[in-house]
Amino acid sequence: MLDTLPLENERLVYARPRTLASRYTHYCPGCTHGTAHRLIAEVLDELGLQDETILVASVGCSVFAYDYFDVDACEAAHGRAPAMATGIKRYHPDKIVFTYQGDGDLASIGAAEIIHVANRGENITTIFINNAIYGMTGGQMAPTSLIGQKTTSSPFGRDTQLAGYPMHMAELLAGIPGTAYSVRRSLHDARHVIQAKKAIKTAFEAQMAGIGFSIVELLSTCPTNWGMTPGDSCDWVRDQMVPVYPLGDFKVADELQQARGRSKR
Amino acid sequence: MAQQLLKGNNAFAEAAIRAGCDAYFGYPITPQTELLEHMSARMIELGRVFLQAESEVAAINMVYGAAAAGAKVMTSSSSPGISLMQEGYSYIAGSEVPVVIIDIMRGGPGLGNIQPSQSDYFQVTKSAGHGDFHPIVLAPATVQEAIDLTVLAFDLAQQYRTLVFVVADGAIGQMMEPAELPPMRPLPARAPDWALTGAKGRSPNLVNSLYLGADSLETLNLRLQDKLHAIESAELRYETIDVDDADLVIVAFGTAARVAKTAMQTLADEGIRVGLLRPITLWPFPTEALYDLSRSGKSFLVVEMNAGQMLLDVKAAVGADAPVSFFGRMGGAIPMPEEIVAAAHNALAQPAFAWAGA
Ligand SMILES: Cc1ncc(C[n+]2csc(CCOP(=O)(O)OP(=O)(O)O)c2C)c(N)n1
Repeated sequence: MLDTLPLENERLVYARPRTLASRYTHYCPGCTHGTAHRLIAEVLDELGLQDETILVASVGCSVFAYDYFDVDACEAAHGRAPAMATGIKRYHPDKIVFTYQGDGDLASIGAAEIIHVANRGENITTIFINNAIYGMTGGQMAPTSLIGQKTTSSPFGRDTQLAGYPMHMAELLAGIPGTAYSVRRSLHDARHVIQAKKAIKTAFEAQMAGIGFSIVELLSTCPTNWGMTPGDSCDWVRDQMVPVYPLGDFKVADELQQARGRSKR
Repeated sequence: MAQQLLKGNNAFAEAAIRAGCDAYFGYPITPQTELLEHMSARMIELGRVFLQAESEVAAINMVYGAAAAGAKVMTSSSSPGISLMQEGYSYIAGSEVPVVIIDIMRGGPGLGNIQPSQSDYFQVTKSAGHGDFHPIVLAPATVQEAIDLTVLAFDLAQQYRTLVFVVADGAIGQMMEPAELPPMRPLPARAPDWALTGAKGRSPNLVNSLYLGADSLETLNLRLQDKLHAIESAELRYETIDVDDADLVIVAFGTAARVAKTAMQTLADEGIRVGLLRPITLWPFPTEALYDLSRSGKSFLVVEMNAGQMLLDVKAAVGADAPVSFFGRMGGAIPMPEEIVAAAHNALAQPAFAWAGA
């Protein structure tokens, strides 16, 4: 493991963030859940929040997220992470509480809970992994699947007559007054990964400032269930998902904009 | 503290507050709503957590979160909302966090009505969610008992880190009676060791009901079963009146037991030797006490405000050779004392194994 390498004559330029547990993950090769985990852990390290933070894991491929972050954690029922996080945050308003949810979890079964957590301006942060599919259960259609996308439960391609349209959660949540920060980023290449990390940091800063609900939607890969190589999956995000799910800031509360302005000066 | 005239729903709420409830999440539903309304004022006044959730599903998952965070947390609802919360009960049982739930039962199935009923008996004692668990279920018959059992519910929830229901039909929620509230308890200074508080100076805590391996999940279940057995032997509560000399023992809980007590006076005046066994805990159930009574040749009459739910537990307790009759009203109807008197006459005239319902 990285920790045990001798470092006598080396200059350390890259190491496991303290908040990331020293453990192998169960994620498939090329899956960006691992990338998202690392970014969150780096941000929590940089903000000095590791021992202040409580993770609410959700149901999906990231169900074991509680094993991969070295923080207090719990595992919510499918879609209910925002409600569980509300219970925790109301009881411990001084702690940092975040949910980590997939698109089936957040946009389908948990749609009511995410909308109301935003509407109450609950001071929690949500990291939302949009991989346009249900990964854990073997590649069924998600509310975020693209029109025409073939999945194990839309074998002829997603038909809008039958199954409606891709849901734009970052935009939808941005329209709710209690939301302080709602943005979409992507994890398909290094440049976008760096941008994603900045957004995750801003989201946690919004929570620290106590100004309302913050969410970062991350376009992510699922090579196994898309039936693609990791490289092709990244290209698919860029070529197929980004045009449907534009990257950008949909809500940035004034307080955050002012803070940004200050830090630029 | 002196007696005062209290409405059941307000008494439940105030008793919870005085027992140290420091977080409440709920959703309005009749005939329970005064309980939520009482909490909405008092909890805020006291600087404790109150939140009206967007649904019962959200409410129970907020309760789960707050319990995981170390709160002495409660929710309340009525039958349709209790059904909707089932998801959460199972997760709470699986992750062994303390939670109190008050169910002011109304008539079903479906939307049913808002009249008093006892038709959640199956749901709360036997099928509160998927997996092998039982909540502790307490069933008050008076406003005073509603207060006392609510306080007990918080103590049992903490002691066993389990789910405790207090169930009452809508009549108890809505009626006013003189009762005495307990003094206000101080809140605990710190959260329990296992709670989620941020892992400062210790290794991280985890609240979870996921055990992927069969062995590890069976190990959890064996531990849960041990806990349930411990509860069965230590926490059984029931009241008996005149059972030793009785030819007929009425078995009833909650409001049905109160009506039965009135009927017993008439029966006693007629010279009939009648007794009452009133379960106060519906789970654990007084199986042995009923079995012992059945061995001395008594007949039984089960009276409920449902189609005969506790009846099955009574039959299982006394065995096939003891006569068990039933009288029940459904849909929000409350049994009348005269109806119970008539059912008692019937039970003695034709010691029955058959349905004797309304
Ligand atoms: C109440 C309930 N319904 C269904 C499931 C089965 N289930 C587990 S994960 C999952 C889909 C998760 O997909 P998503 O949120 O997109 O996350 P991913 O696996 O893609 O990361 C489903 C339907 C469940 N565990 N609980």
